[in-house]
Amino acid sequence: MMTIKATELTKTFGNFTAVDHITFAVQKGEIFGFLGANGAGKTTAMRMLCGLSKPTSGEATVAGFDVRTQSEQIKKNIGYMSQKFALYENLKVWENIRLYAGIYGIKGKEIGKRIDMILEQLGFEKEKNTLVKELPLGWKQKLAFSVSIIHEPQIVFLDEPTGGVDPVTRRQFWELIYQAADRGITAFVTTHYMDEAEYCNRVSIMVDGRIDALDTPKNLKYQYNANTMDEVFHMLARKAKTAKS
Amino acid sequence: MLRYLLEKEIKLFFRNPFLPKLVALLPFIALAIFPLVANLDIKDLKIAVIDQDKSPYSRQLVEKVLSSPYFQLSGNFTNYAEAQRSVEDDRSDLIMEIPAYFERDLVKEGNVQVFVAINAVDGMKGGMGGSYLTGILTDFNNNIRAEWIQTPSRLSTPHINVFSAFRFNPTLRYIYFMIPALIVMILAMFSGFLPALNIVEEKENGTIEQMNVTPVKKSTFILSKLIPYWVIGFLIVNVCVLVAWLFYGFWLRGSLLTLYPFTIIFTFTFCGLGLVVSNYANALQQAMIIMFFFITTFIFLSGLFTPFDNMPQWAQVIGNISPLKYIIQVTRMVYLKGAVFTEMLPQFAALCLQAVFFNGWAILSYRKRN
Repeated sequence: MMTIKATELTKTFGNFTAVDHITFAVQKGEIFGFLGANGAGKTTAMRMLCGLSKPTSGEATVAGFDVRTQSEQIKKNIGYMSQKFALYENLKVWENIRLYAGIYGIKGKEIGKRIDMILEQLGFEKEKNTLVKELPLGWKQKLAFSVSIIHEPQIVFLDEPTGGVDPVTRRQFWELIYQAADRGITAFVTTHYMDEAEYCNRVSIMVDGRIDALDTPKNLKYQYNANTMDEVFHMLARKAKTAKS
Repeated sequence: MLRYLLEKEIKLFFRNPFLPKLVALLPFIALAIFPLVANLDIKDLKIAVIDQDKSPYSRQLVEKVLSSPYFQLSGNFTNYAEAQRSVEDDRSDLIMEIPAYFERDLVKEGNVQVFVAINAVDGMKGGMGGSYLTGILTDFNNNIRAEWIQTPSRLSTPHINVFSAFRFNPTLRYIYFMIPALIVMILAMFSGFLPALNIVEEKENGTIEQMNVTPVKKSTFILSKLIPYWVIGFLIVNVCVLVAWLFYGFWLRGSLLTLYPFTIIFTFTFCGLGLVVSNYANALQQAMIIMFFFITTFIFLSGLFTPFDNMPQWAQVIGNISPLKYIIQVTRMVYLKGAVFTEMLPQFAALCLQAVFFNGWAILSYRKRN
């Protein structure tokens, strides 16, 4: 079953085509890596799928809803974590969890349980009353991820969730993603770390707004005759008009 | 859903290192200081006197002028050039020159001219000083006539005396005129700026984007921003009224309860304006500048500092859009005249219309996606 389906999805800003007729599909429970150099159009594509940005042309459905006309229904069924940390810095850890639990319509009694569950899962029991701005970056990102899936959405969109995070915490972060995928949550991830690309079930690589390659990491390496995803990425990204070097 | 959003707004407000203090202190400081500094009652104008006559009548006139609280002698001069110099050196504000043969001409011809020159660099001061002095001269004139015409005969020119009594602010104290308007101004500042800055801050921090991917309704989100500032606005009105009473012994002639519905609607209107601005501004500075533009324009067009009817026709037409115009009228009417609700229905209707207009615009212009 496909939970995300995009057909010829396009977004232009004036003369600039950020996303250029992309077509792909993501299966339920899959961890889908969405790779590409800076400026390749990943974030724009993701924003369209989340209902934050209107497509210029093309079609897409997310969790069975049309991104053009049913963006509010989509929002009930997805989680989103942007590359910029977006929880409230001046709220305590538990207050942030409570806020989003409330927003997603979780009932009062259940909220307390969710808070404890998340704190335990993250090992944050001691930080329950810490202001979020006082947490180290890696911890913030783990918290942001847990908050983005507090309502057990069908799909979670992660936009460079591990940017600037140390390798140990990154590993822990990916464990959280795997746990979520085990529960049937589809993860749609963009990243610049090629070791992380290897963790994905399937990977697409965007170049200049188009998807140039889409397959499992193993097949891609075979296809491009490379040892690592890093090599595959370099081969593809070099063709980009927007590439600086 | 709204409950959780409100909880968040309240917590964030009190965790802000600056805002709670500002809300607590500004009404006090503004009301305590502003009416004292921005005082239009003019006293102690320095007057240079050139008495060329030195007769009993001329001395009587000088004495009369100096005995009023408005004038203070800066010096007696023998010629105009000297007096002029004292004005240029800023030692005098106006000059009164009594010509030679003042008494003789007055008695003989019943007509004499006193020359008055006023430094009008400060137009307001000059104008007021001039009219005070004219008033005293007229009075002097009348007294002399009274002395001469012992028995009023039918031959004397009949004349009508005009007695003006100033209703509602009998002593024309400027403070009583300004305080109601100041309360409105403070309220406008808070309810305009705070919501605008709040939302733009969320834009800058990226937290609003996180909100936009949730199923929160536009109207719920906007309400969560409005309600806290509504409450703050209501508190501010009460603090202001209290401060005016404590500092100036100035209490409303009408009922405080009459004032409430108007201030509540007005706060709502101005919060709406703030939200509209925040929807178009992407950075704090941008929001500040746009908000300054609106608030100052609305204040100038509202009749806060100058009488509304004195403005040119086109400005009056634009001024009708300013929500401040109506609320200032209302607070002045309630404070000075003791107006009741039914007398101010047109103002109430105007404020309601504007509240719907600005808040409707705020909800429509808030985009969850672009």
